[in-house]
Amino acid sequence: MPRIVVDVMPKPEILDPQGKAIVGALPRLGFDAFSGVRQGKRFELAVDGEVTEAVLAQAREAAETLLSNPVIEDVVNVQVVED
Amino acid sequence: MTDLPLIGDYSTPTTELSGARIGVVTFPGTLDDRDAARGVRMAGGEAVALWHADEDLQGVDAVVIPGGFSYGDYLRAGAIARFAPMMDRIIDAANSDAKLPVLGICNGFQILTEAHLLPGSMVKNDHLKFICRDQILRVENNTTAWTNQFAAGQEISIPLKNQDGQYVADEKVLDELEAEGRVVFRYVGWNPNGSRRDIAGISNAAGNVVGLMPHPEHAVEAGYGPDHTGTDGLGFFTSVLTQLVGGTK
Repeated sequence: MPRIVVDVMPKPEILDPQGKAIVGALPRLGFDAFSGVRQGKRFELAVDGEVTEAVLAQAREAAETLLSNPVIEDVVNVQVVED
Repeated sequence: MTDLPLIGDYSTPTTELSGARIGVVTFPGTLDDRDAARGVRMAGGEAVALWHADEDLQGVDAVVIPGGFSYGDYLRAGAIARFAPMMDRIIDAANSDAKLPVLGICNGFQILTEAHLLPGSMVKNDHLKFICRDQILRVENNTTAWTNQFAAGQEISIPLKNQDGQYVADEKVLDELEAEGRVVFRYVGWNPNGSRRDIAGISNAAGNVVGLMPHPEHAVEAGYGPDHTGTDGLGFFTSVLTQLVGGTK
């Protein structure tokens, strides 16, 4: 059954307090190669049947209206994944 | 239904305010609807319970969207509540010529930004912790439906309690809010959550829609507000009642 994956990230100019906390924790575990972390969200939309262009268009619209808030977030990826 | 103060002698406002009906919306996960309704009654109005799934505003004269964690803050704070049938009615009424007064408190403020009735958004506090404290605010605009009983520049103290309280908007929006006098409340003393320009509350262009993170409904009764004397929150409710009876300055 195909899924549509939607990835949402905080906008670059918005401070991401969660990412900041994670980057602070990494060196304590010995992971010293990373200078920054930004935390986003991944949604998986299950589709019964074929992913048509109309279904994909719905996913894109849902991504912009419900799954993300364009004031603070960007939709960075809408992609069909076949199992 | 009449509410009497639990302690002390606290006289209620004059009877001319009686009769105004203020709706208080309840979503799954709303916490402060009862306190908001009590604030309405303490100020002399009639509180009307509005259920998120209903589509009837029941002819209310104004609406309070109270705080809490609607839908568990899932997705984003306020994001799912924004699409409730009752919100469609409120959005239409707030944008209509009648300019229904709407106050969003904490999660209610977050819902109003998600509904695009107010610009910007809220993200996690910059220090990542839930915060609960008495907070001093400066009333920057005392001409809105919800602040007309305060003096310009008046400092008030009401509780603040939230995790996602950091107000953000782009610089253009912030400049517009400042230029149009739509920054209604600013944090005084310290900025508890990293909000841009110390903003605690804002209004729409018409001034009928106001949102803020701190909680006026928890400071409406002597003995229970900040410092055990604070009733600074009562002014929000007397303001809207005063406007509804035509007494705005």
